[in-house]
Amino acid sequence: MPTPIIKIDAISKSFGTFKVLDGLSMQVMPGEKLALIGPSGSGKTTILRILMTLERIDGGHIQIDGEQLYHMERNGQLLPADERHLTRMRQKIGMVFQLFNLFPHKSVMDNVTLAPMLTKGTARAAAEKRAMELLEMVGMADKAKNMPAQLSGGQKQRVAIARALALSPKIMLFDEVTSALDPELVEEVMNVMRKLAAETDMTMLLVTHEMGFAHDFADRVLFFDRGKIVEEGKPDEIFRHPKQERTQGFLKKIIAAGHRV
Amino acid sequence: MTQWSGYFGLILQGALVTIELTLMGSVLALFMAFLAGMGRLSRFFVLRALATAYIEFFRGTSIFVQLFWAYFVLPFIGVSLTPLQAGVLALGLNVGAYAAEVVRGAIQSIGREQYEACTALNLGRWQGMRHVILPQALLVMLPTFGNNAIELLKATAVVSLISLTDLTFQAQVVRAQTGNTLVPFTTILIIYFILALLISWGVRSLERRMARGLDGVRA
Repeated sequence: MPTPIIKIDAISKSFGTFKVLDGLSMQVMPGEKLALIGPSGSGKTTILRILMTLERIDGGHIQIDGEQLYHMERNGQLLPADERHLTRMRQKIGMVFQLFNLFPHKSVMDNVTLAPMLTKGTARAAAEKRAMELLEMVGMADKAKNMPAQLSGGQKQRVAIARALALSPKIMLFDEVTSALDPELVEEVMNVMRKLAAETDMTMLLVTHEMGFAHDFADRVLFFDRGKIVEEGKPDEIFRHPKQERTQGFLKKIIAAGHRV
Repeated sequence: MTQWSGYFGLILQGALVTIELTLMGSVLALFMAFLAGMGRLSRFFVLRALATAYIEFFRGTSIFVQLFWAYFVLPFIGVSLTPLQAGVLALGLNVGAYAAEVVRGAIQSIGREQYEACTALNLGRWQGMRHVILPQALLVMLPTFGNNAIELLKATAVVSLISLTDLTFQAQVVRAQTGNTLVPFTTILIIYFILALLISWGVRSLERRMARGLDGVRA
Protein backbone atom coordinates (compact mmCIF):
# COMPACT_ATOMS: atom_id res chain seq x y z
CA MET A 1 0.00 0.00 0.00
CA PRO A 2 1.71 3.22 -1.11
CA THR A 3 1.59 6.20 1.24
CA PRO A 4 -0.79 9.02 0.39
CA ILE A 5 0.71 12.12 -1.23
CA ILE A 6 -1.87 14.33 0.47
CA LYS A 7 -3.01 13.57 3.98
CA ILE A 8 -5.51 15.99 5.45
CA ASP A 9 -6.12 15.41 9.11
CA ALA A 10 -9.01 17.08 10.94
CA ILE A 11 -8.56 20.56 9.47
CA SER A 12 -10.93 23.38 10.22
CA LYS A 13 -11.31 26.77 8.63
CA SER A 14 -13.66 29.65 9.33
CA PHE A 15 -14.27 32.89 7.50
CA GLY A 16 -15.50 35.17 10.23
CA THR A 17 -18.26 33.27 11.96
CA PHE A 18 -18.86 31.00 8.98
CA LYS A 19 -17.26 27.63 9.53
CA VAL A 20 -16.35 26.34 6.06
CA LEU A 21 -14.44 23.25 7.13
CA ASP A 22 -14.94 21.52 10.43
CA GLY A 23 -12.60 18.66 11.20
CA LEU A 24 -12.24 17.48 7.62
CA SER A 25 -9.98 14.52 6.92
CA MET A 26 -9.15 12.98 3.57
CA GLN A 27 -6.31 11.33 1.71
CA VAL A 28 -5.13 11.34 -1.86
CA MET A 29 -2.88 8.70 -3.38
CA PRO A 30 0.00 9.57 -5.72
CA GLY A 31 -1.21 9.84 -9.29
CA GLU A 32 -4.85 9.87 -8.29
CA LYS A 33 -7.28 12.07 -10.21
CA LEU A 34 -9.83 13.43 -7.80
CA ALA A 35 -12.98 15.39 -8.56
CA LEU A 36 -14.51 17.51 -5.80
CA ILE A 37 -18.16 18.28 -6.44
CA GLY A 38 -20.92 19.81 -4.39
CA PRO A 39 -23.00 22.95 -3.96
CA SER A 40 -21.44 26.42 -3.73
CA GLY A 41 -20.07 27.19 -0.30
CA SER A 42 -19.50 23.54 0.50
CA GLY A 43 -15.77 24.13 0.98
CA LYS A 44 -14.34 22.45 -2.11
CA THR A 45 -12.51 25.51 -3.39
CA THR A 46 -11.34 26.32 0.12
CA ILE A 47 -9.59 22.96 0.28
CA LEU A 48 -7.64 23.73 -2.90
CA ARG A 49 -6.80 27.23 -1.64
CA ILE A 50 -5.57 25.81 1.64
CA LEU A 51 -3.37 23.28 -0.18
CA MET A 52 -1.91 26.16 -2.26
CA THR A 53 -1.29 28.14 0.97
CA LEU A 54 -3.64 30.90 -0.18
CA GLU A 55 -5.68 30.39 2.97
CA ARG A 56 -4.40 29.28 6.35
CA ILE A 57 -6.04 26.58 8.44
CA ASP A 58 -7.36 27.28 11.93
CA GLY A 59 -6.64 23.77 13.16
CA GLY A 60 -5.54 20.32 12.09
CA HIS A 61 -2.64 19.05 10.02
CA ILE A 62 -1.83 18.56 6.37
CA GLN A 63 0.90 16.30 5.07
CA ILE A 64 2.14 16.68 1.53
CA ASP A 65 4.49 14.06 0.14
CA GLY A 66 5.41 12.92 3.64
CA GLU A 67 6.05 16.40 5.04
CA GLN A 68 3.92 18.74 7.11
CA LEU A 69 2.62 21.67 5.04
CA TYR A 70 1.85 24.19 7.77
CA HIS A 71 4.19 22.86 10.40
CA MET A 72 7.91 22.24 10.69
CA GLU A 73 9.40 19.47 12.73
CA ARG A 74 12.12 20.73 15.03
CA ASN A 75 13.52 18.34 17.65
CA GLY A 76 10.39 16.26 17.56
CA GLN A 77 8.14 19.29 17.99
CA LEU A 78 5.73 20.71 15.47
CA LEU A 79 6.17 24.45 14.98
CA PRO A 80 4.21 26.75 12.68
CA ALA A 81 5.82 26.82 9.23
CA ASP A 82 7.89 29.85 8.29
CA GLU A 83 8.01 31.39 4.82
CA ARG A 84 11.06 29.32 3.85
CA HIS A 85 9.32 26.09 4.70
CA LEU A 86 6.21 27.15 2.77
CA THR A 87 8.33 28.12 -0.23
CA ARG A 88 9.88 24.68 -0.26
CA MET A 89 6.51 22.96 0.12
CA ARG A 90 4.90 25.04 -2.63
CA GLN A 91 7.34 23.55 -5.13
CA LYS A 92 5.31 20.37 -4.97
CA ILE A 93 2.01 22.06 -5.81
CA GLY A 94 0.64 23.99 -8.77
CA MET A 95 -2.73 25.63 -9.25
CA VAL A 96 -4.92 26.78 -12.12
CA PHE A 97 -7.53 29.41 -11.30
CA GLN A 98 -11.09 30.01 -12.41
CA LEU A 99 -10.14 33.44 -13.81
CA PHE A 100 -6.77 32.31 -15.24
CA ASN A 101 -4.80 35.02 -13.37
CA LEU A 102 -2.34 35.44 -16.21
CA PHE A 103 0.09 38.35 -15.96
CA PRO A 104 -1.42 40.85 -18.41
CA HIS A 105 1.83 42.75 -18.98
CA LYS A 106 3.76 39.68 -20.05
CA SER A 107 3.59 37.72 -23.27
CA VAL A 108 2.35 34.14 -23.29
CA MET A 109 5.96 32.94 -23.38
CA ASP A 110 7.04 35.18 -20.51
CA ASN A 111 4.05 34.10 -18.43
CA VAL A 112 5.27 30.53 -18.70
CA THR A 113 9.00 31.16 -18.24
CA LEU A 114 8.88 33.73 -15.42
CA ALA A 115 8.51 31.38 -12.46
CA PRO A 116 11.03 28.71 -13.56
CA MET A 117 13.62 31.41 -14.21
CA LEU A 118 13.02 33.18 -10.90
CA THR A 119 12.36 30.28 -8.55
CA LYS A 120 14.52 27.56 -10.03
CA GLY A 121 17.20 29.66 -11.66
CA THR A 122 16.50 28.02 -15.02
CA ALA A 123 18.42 29.72 -17.84
CA ARG A 124 16.22 31.62 -20.30
CA ALA A 125 17.03 29.32 -23.23
CA ALA A 126 16.15 26.20 -21.27
CA ALA A 127 13.03 27.78 -19.80
CA GLU A 128 11.84 28.84 -23.25
CA LYS A 129 12.49 25.42 -24.72
CA ARG A 130 10.46 23.79 -21.96
CA ALA A 131 7.76 26.46 -22.32
CA MET A 132 7.48 25.75 -26.04
CA GLU A 133 6.98 22.03 -25.33
CA LEU A 134 4.23 22.83 -22.83
CA LEU A 135 2.59 25.39 -25.11
CA GLU A 136 2.73 22.78 -27.85
CA MET A 137 0.99 20.34 -25.57
CA VAL A 138 -1.85 22.76 -24.78
CA GLY A 139 -2.05 23.82 -28.41
CA MET A 140 -0.84 27.36 -27.85
CA ALA A 141 2.64 27.28 -29.38
CA ASP A 142 1.63 29.61 -32.21
CA LYS A 143 0.52 32.26 -29.71
CA ALA A 144 3.75 32.30 -27.71
CA LYS A 145 4.48 35.91 -28.61
CA ASN A 146 0.94 37.19 -28.03
CA MET A 147 -0.22 39.15 -25.03
CA PRO A 148 -2.93 37.62 -22.80
CA ALA A 149 -5.44 40.34 -23.80
CA GLN A 150 -5.32 39.01 -27.37
CA LEU A 151 -6.47 35.54 -26.35
CA SER A 152 -9.89 34.02 -25.80
CA GLY A 153 -10.81 32.71 -22.38
CA GLY A 154 -10.14 29.13 -23.40
CA GLN A 155 -6.75 30.07 -24.79
CA LYS A 156 -5.89 31.99 -21.61
CA GLN A 157 -6.79 29.01 -19.50
CA ARG A 158 -4.64 26.70 -21.61
CA VAL A 159 -1.71 29.09 -21.16
CA ALA A 160 -2.39 29.14 -17.41
CA ILE A 161 -2.22 25.35 -17.39
CA ALA A 162 1.11 25.42 -19.23
CA ARG A 163 2.37 28.06 -16.79
CA ALA A 164 1.54 25.91 -13.78
CA LEU A 165 3.07 22.82 -15.42
CA ALA A 166 6.33 24.66 -16.11
CA LEU A 167 7.29 24.24 -12.46
CA SER A 168 6.73 20.45 -12.70
CA PRO A 169 4.64 20.14 -9.55
CA LYS A 170 3.71 16.72 -8.20
CA ILE A 171 0.21 17.90 -7.43
CA MET A 172 -2.00 20.05 -9.64
CA LEU A 173 -5.07 21.84 -8.36
CA PHE A 174 -7.76 22.93 -10.82
CA ASP A 175 -10.25 25.38 -9.34
CA GLU A 176 -13.38 25.56 -11.52
CA VAL A 177 -11.15 26.09 -14.51
CA THR A 178 -13.97 26.06 -17.06
CA SER A 179 -16.72 27.92 -15.22
CA ALA A 180 -15.66 31.38 -16.44
CA LEU A 181 -15.55 30.27 -20.06
CA ASP A 182 -18.07 30.69 -22.83
CA PRO A 183 -19.75 27.32 -23.45
CA GLU A 184 -18.08 26.79 -26.82
CA LEU A 185 -14.63 27.24 -25.24
CA VAL A 186 -15.11 24.76 -22.41
CA GLU A 187 -14.34 21.72 -24.53
CA GLU A 188 -10.86 22.86 -25.64
CA VAL A 189 -9.75 23.28 -22.03
CA MET A 190 -11.25 19.95 -21.02
CA ASN A 191 -9.47 18.21 -23.88
CA VAL A 192 -6.15 19.54 -22.68
CA MET A 193 -6.88 18.31 -19.19
CA ARG A 194 -7.99 14.89 -20.39
CA LYS A 195 -4.74 14.57 -22.28
CA LEU A 196 -2.83 15.70 -19.24
CA ALA A 197 -4.60 13.20 -17.01
CA ALA A 198 -3.89 10.39 -19.47
CA GLU A 199 -0.26 11.25 -20.14
CA THR A 200 1.12 12.15 -16.73
CA ASP A 201 1.25 10.53 -13.34
CA MET A 202 0.66 13.86 -11.60
CA THR A 203 -1.81 13.88 -8.75
CA MET A 204 -4.73 16.09 -9.70
CA LEU A 205 -7.53 17.64 -7.71
CA LEU A 206 -10.37 19.11 -9.69
CA VAL A 207 -13.16 21.30 -8.38
CA THR A 208 -15.86 21.47 -11.02
CA HIS A 209 -19.54 21.88 -11.80
CA GLU A 210 -19.16 19.94 -15.05
CA MET A 211 -20.39 16.55 -13.95
CA GLY A 212 -19.74 14.86 -17.27
CA PHE A 213 -16.17 16.03 -17.19
CA ALA A 214 -15.73 14.98 -13.57
CA HIS A 215 -17.03 11.55 -14.56
CA ASP A 216 -14.50 11.12 -17.40
CA PHE A 217 -11.60 12.73 -15.64
CA ALA A 218 -11.61 11.38 -12.14
CA ASP A 219 -10.63 8.07 -10.56
CA ARG A 220 -12.58 9.06 -7.49
CA VAL A 221 -15.32 11.60 -6.85
CA LEU A 222 -15.95 13.33 -3.52
CA PHE A 223 -19.31 14.94 -2.92
CA PHE A 224 -19.07 17.81 -0.44
CA ASP A 225 -21.79 19.52 1.48
CA ARG A 226 -21.31 22.03 4.29
CA GLY A 227 -17.62 21.31 4.65
CA LYS A 228 -18.01 17.56 4.94
CA ILE A 229 -17.55 14.66 2.56
CA VAL A 230 -21.06 13.28 2.24
CA GLU A 231 -20.22 10.54 -0.20
CA GLU A 232 -17.24 9.32 -2.16
CA GLY A 233 -16.59 6.64 -4.69
CA LYS A 234 -15.83 5.77 -8.27
CA PRO A 235 -17.44 8.14 -10.80
CA ASP A 236 -19.96 5.52 -11.87
CA GLU A 237 -21.04 4.88 -8.30
CA ILE A 238 -21.51 8.56 -7.49
CA PHE A 239 -23.13 9.63 -10.74
CA ARG A 240 -25.18 6.54 -11.58
CA HIS A 241 -25.98 5.12 -8.17
CA PRO A 242 -25.58 7.78 -5.48
CA LYS A 243 -26.45 6.35 -2.10
CA GLN A 244 -26.92 9.50 -0.07
CA GLU A 245 -30.04 11.59 -0.39
CA ARG A 246 -28.07 14.83 -0.50
CA THR A 247 -25.96 13.56 -3.39
CA GLN A 248 -29.08 12.48 -5.26
CA GLY A 249 -30.72 15.85 -4.63
CA PHE A 250 -27.65 17.76 -5.79
CA LEU A 251 -27.27 15.72 -8.98
CA LYS A 252 -30.96 16.12 -9.76
CA LYS A 253 -30.68 19.88 -9.43
CA ILE A 254 -27.61 19.94 -11.65
CA ILE A 255 -29.34 17.88 -14.33
CA ALA A 256 -32.44 20.06 -14.09
CA ALA A 257 -30.17 23.06 -14.66
CA GLY A 258 -29.21 21.51 -18.00
CA HIS A 259 -25.81 20.05 -17.19
CA ARG A 260 -24.89 16.81 -18.83
CA VAL A 261 -23.96 13.87 -16.62
CA MET B 1 15.01 96.21 -28.48
CA THR B 2 18.63 95.13 -28.02
CA GLN B 3 18.08 95.79 -24.37
CA TRP B 4 15.20 93.26 -24.27
CA SER B 5 17.19 90.47 -25.89
CA GLY B 6 19.65 90.68 -22.99
CA TYR B 7 16.82 90.44 -20.53
CA PHE B 8 15.33 87.47 -22.37
CA GLY B 9 18.73 85.81 -22.10
CA LEU B 10 18.51 86.29 -18.36
CA ILE B 11 15.07 84.72 -18.28
CA LEU B 12 16.25 81.78 -20.37
CA GLN B 13 19.07 81.21 -17.91
CA GLY B 14 16.40 81.18 -15.22
CA ALA B 15 14.45 78.64 -17.25
CA LEU B 16 17.49 76.35 -17.25
CA VAL B 17 17.71 76.59 -13.46
CA THR B 18 13.99 75.83 -13.19
CA ILE B 19 14.37 72.81 -15.46
CA GLU B 20 17.38 71.61 -13.50
CA LEU B 21 15.48 71.97 -10.23
CA THR B 22 12.45 70.18 -11.64
CA LEU B 23 14.50 67.26 -12.92
CA MET B 24 16.57 66.83 -9.78
CA GLY B 25 13.55 67.38 -7.53
CA SER B 26 11.58 64.80 -9.51
CA VAL B 27 14.32 62.21 -9.16
CA LEU B 28 14.38 62.70 -5.40
CA ALA B 29 10.58 62.76 -5.24
CA LEU B 30 10.36 59.54 -7.23
CA PHE B 31 12.90 57.86 -4.97
CA MET B 32 11.06 59.00 -1.83
CA ALA B 33 7.70 58.03 -3.32
CA PHE B 34 8.73 54.41 -3.82
CA LEU B 35 10.60 54.26 -0.52
CA ALA B 36 7.71 55.64 1.54
CA GLY B 37 4.90 54.22 -0.59
CA MET B 38 6.24 50.69 -0.28
CA GLY B 39 7.24 51.38 3.31
CA ARG B 40 3.58 51.97 4.11
CA LEU B 41 2.80 48.49 2.83
CA SER B 42 5.63 46.83 4.72
CA ARG B 43 5.09 43.91 7.06
CA PHE B 44 7.24 45.69 9.62
CA PHE B 45 5.60 48.17 11.94
CA VAL B 46 8.68 50.40 12.22
CA LEU B 47 8.89 50.88 8.45
CA ARG B 48 5.17 51.59 8.22
CA ALA B 49 5.39 54.11 11.05
CA LEU B 50 8.43 55.86 9.55
CA ALA B 51 6.80 56.06 6.13
CA THR B 52 3.54 57.36 7.54
CA ALA B 53 5.31 59.97 9.67
CA TYR B 54 7.27 61.21 6.66
CA ILE B 55 4.21 61.40 4.43
CA GLU B 56 1.97 63.12 6.97
CA PHE B 57 4.67 65.59 7.99
CA PHE B 58 5.65 66.71 4.51
CA ARG B 59 2.09 66.85 3.24
CA GLY B 60 0.96 68.64 6.35
CA THR B 61 3.44 71.50 6.37
CA SER B 62 4.00 74.29 3.89
CA ILE B 63 6.58 73.96 1.15
CA PHE B 64 7.69 77.55 1.93
CA VAL B 65 8.45 76.68 5.52
CA GLN B 66 10.15 73.44 4.52
CA LEU B 67 12.37 75.36 2.11
CA PHE B 68 13.25 78.05 4.65
CA TRP B 69 13.93 75.35 7.17
CA ALA B 70 16.27 73.50 4.81
CA TYR B 71 18.12 76.68 3.88
CA PHE B 72 18.08 78.83 7.03
CA VAL B 73 17.63 76.42 9.96
CA LEU B 74 19.74 73.42 8.97
CA PRO B 75 22.97 75.51 9.15
CA PHE B 76 22.31 75.93 12.87
CA ILE B 77 22.61 72.18 13.33
CA GLY B 78 25.73 72.13 11.22
CA VAL B 79 24.27 71.28 7.81
CA SER B 80 24.87 74.04 5.31
CA LEU B 81 23.25 73.56 1.94
CA THR B 82 23.65 75.56 -1.22
CA PRO B 83 20.40 77.15 -2.43
CA LEU B 84 20.17 74.50 -5.14
CA GLN B 85 20.64 71.65 -2.67
CA ALA B 86 18.10 73.14 -0.27
CA GLY B 87 15.65 73.66 -3.15
CA VAL B 88 15.98 70.11 -4.48
CA LEU B 89 15.71 68.71 -0.95
CA ALA B 90 12.56 70.62 -0.04
CA LEU B 91 10.85 70.08 -3.39
CA GLY B 92 11.78 66.40 -3.61
CA LEU B 93 10.70 65.58 -0.08
CA ASN B 94 7.48 67.56 -0.35
CA VAL B 95 6.29 66.18 -3.68
CA GLY B 96 7.66 62.74 -2.77
CA ALA B 97 5.23 62.63 0.15
CA TYR B 98 2.27 63.15 -2.16
CA ALA B 99 3.62 60.71 -4.74
CA ALA B 100 4.17 58.08 -2.02
CA GLU B 101 0.43 57.84 -1.59
CA VAL B 102 0.13 57.39 -5.35
CA VAL B 103 2.58 54.49 -5.20
CA ARG B 104 0.73 52.89 -2.31
CA GLY B 105 -2.67 53.32 -3.95
CA ALA B 106 -1.46 51.94 -7.27
CA ILE B 107 0.08 48.87 -5.67
CA GLN B 108 -3.12 48.24 -3.73
CA SER B 109 -5.20 48.63 -6.87
CA ILE B 110 -3.65 45.51 -8.39
CA GLY B 111 -6.12 42.70 -7.89
CA ARG B 112 -5.70 40.00 -5.28
CA GLU B 113 -5.68 37.39 -8.04
CA GLN B 114 -2.32 38.65 -9.26
CA TYR B 115 -0.82 38.19 -5.79
CA GLU B 116 -2.39 34.73 -5.62
CA ALA B 117 -0.88 33.80 -8.97
CA CYS B 118 2.50 34.84 -7.55
CA THR B 119 2.00 32.59 -4.53
CA ALA B 120 0.84 29.69 -6.69
CA LEU B 121 3.97 30.11 -8.83
CA ASN B 122 6.03 30.23 -5.66
CA LEU B 123 7.49 33.68 -6.33
CA GLY B 124 8.96 35.36 -3.27
CA ARG B 125 7.37 38.56 -1.98
CA TRP B 126 9.98 40.75 -3.59
CA GLN B 127 10.06 38.74 -6.85
CA GLY B 128 6.31 39.07 -7.20
CA MET B 129 6.47 42.77 -6.42
CA ARG B 130 9.31 43.42 -8.84
CA HIS B 131 8.13 41.33 -11.81
CA VAL B 132 4.36 41.20 -11.49
CA ILE B 133 2.85 43.88 -9.25
CA LEU B 134 5.07 46.94 -9.83
CA PRO B 135 5.10 46.78 -13.65
CA GLN B 136 1.30 46.83 -13.59
CA ALA B 137 1.08 49.38 -10.79
CA LEU B 138 3.47 51.71 -12.61
CA LEU B 139 0.90 52.19 -15.34
CA VAL B 140 -1.66 53.20 -12.73
CA MET B 141 0.81 55.63 -11.14
CA LEU B 142 1.93 57.39 -14.31
CA PRO B 143 -0.96 59.84 -14.89
CA THR B 144 -0.82 61.04 -11.27
CA PHE B 145 2.97 61.16 -11.38
CA GLY B 146 2.49 63.56 -14.30
CA ASN B 147 0.34 65.75 -12.06
CA ASN B 148 2.93 65.57 -9.31
CA ALA B 149 5.72 66.55 -11.70
CA ILE B 150 3.75 69.59 -12.86
CA GLU B 151 3.06 70.53 -9.24
CA LEU B 152 6.76 70.27 -8.60
CA LEU B 153 7.58 72.44 -11.61
CA LYS B 154 5.26 75.15 -10.37
CA ALA B 155 6.51 74.85 -6.81
CA THR B 156 10.06 75.58 -7.99
CA ALA B 157 9.06 79.25 -8.06
CA VAL B 158 9.41 79.39 -4.29
CA VAL B 159 13.16 78.85 -4.48
CA SER B 160 13.52 82.40 -5.77
CA LEU B 161 12.98 83.32 -2.11
CA ILE B 162 16.30 81.75 -1.14
CA SER B 163 18.10 83.64 -3.94
CA LEU B 164 18.20 80.79 -6.42
CA THR B 165 18.19 82.36 -9.89
CA ASP B 166 15.25 80.46 -11.35
CA LEU B 167 12.61 81.74 -13.79
CA THR B 168 10.68 83.69 -11.18
CA PHE B 169 13.82 85.21 -9.66
CA GLN B 170 15.04 86.38 -13.05
CA ALA B 171 11.65 87.85 -13.87
CA GLN B 172 11.87 89.92 -10.66
CA VAL B 173 15.34 91.05 -11.67
CA VAL B 174 14.11 92.12 -15.10
CA ARG B 175 11.16 93.89 -13.56
CA ALA B 176 13.40 95.74 -11.11
CA GLN B 177 15.80 96.81 -13.84
CA THR B 178 13.27 97.76 -16.54
CA GLY B 179 10.34 98.79 -14.44
CA ASN B 180 8.21 96.72 -16.78
CA THR B 181 5.95 94.17 -15.10
CA LEU B 182 3.88 92.92 -18.00
CA VAL B 183 6.64 91.61 -20.25
CA PRO B 184 8.77 89.57 -17.79
CA PHE B 185 5.86 88.04 -15.93
CA THR B 186 3.92 87.22 -19.08
CA THR B 187 7.05 85.66 -20.53
CA ILE B 188 7.64 83.38 -17.57
CA LEU B 189 3.93 82.52 -17.43
CA ILE B 190 4.23 81.23 -20.97
CA ILE B 191 7.49 79.42 -20.26
CA TYR B 192 6.03 77.65 -17.19
CA PHE B 193 3.03 76.67 -19.27
CA ILE B 194 5.18 75.27 -22.07
CA LEU B 195 7.29 73.30 -19.58
CA ALA B 196 4.13 71.87 -18.01
CA LEU B 197 2.85 70.91 -21.45
CA LEU B 198 6.12 69.13 -22.16
CA ILE B 199 5.73 67.12 -18.96
CA SER B 200 2.12 66.22 -19.81
CA TRP B 201 3.10 65.17 -23.26
CA GLY B 202 6.10 63.16 -22.07
CA VAL B 203 4.11 61.31 -19.43
CA ARG B 204 1.28 60.59 -21.84
CA SER B 205 3.57 59.10 -24.46
CA LEU B 206 5.29 57.03 -21.78
CA GLU B 207 1.87 55.84 -20.67
CA ARG B 208 0.95 54.88 -24.22
CA ARG B 209 4.16 52.98 -24.68
CA MET B 210 3.75 51.06 -21.41
CA ALA B 211 0.10 50.23 -22.03
CA ARG B 212 0.92 48.66 -25.37
CA GLY B 213 -0.28 45.07 -25.54
CA LEU B 214 -2.39 45.27 -22.38
CA ASP B 215 -5.56 46.12 -24.27
CA GLY B 216 -5.26 43.40 -26.89
CA VAL B 217 -4.03 45.72 -29.64
CA ARG B 218 -0.95 44.22 -31.23
CA ALA B 219 2.25 45.99 -30.24
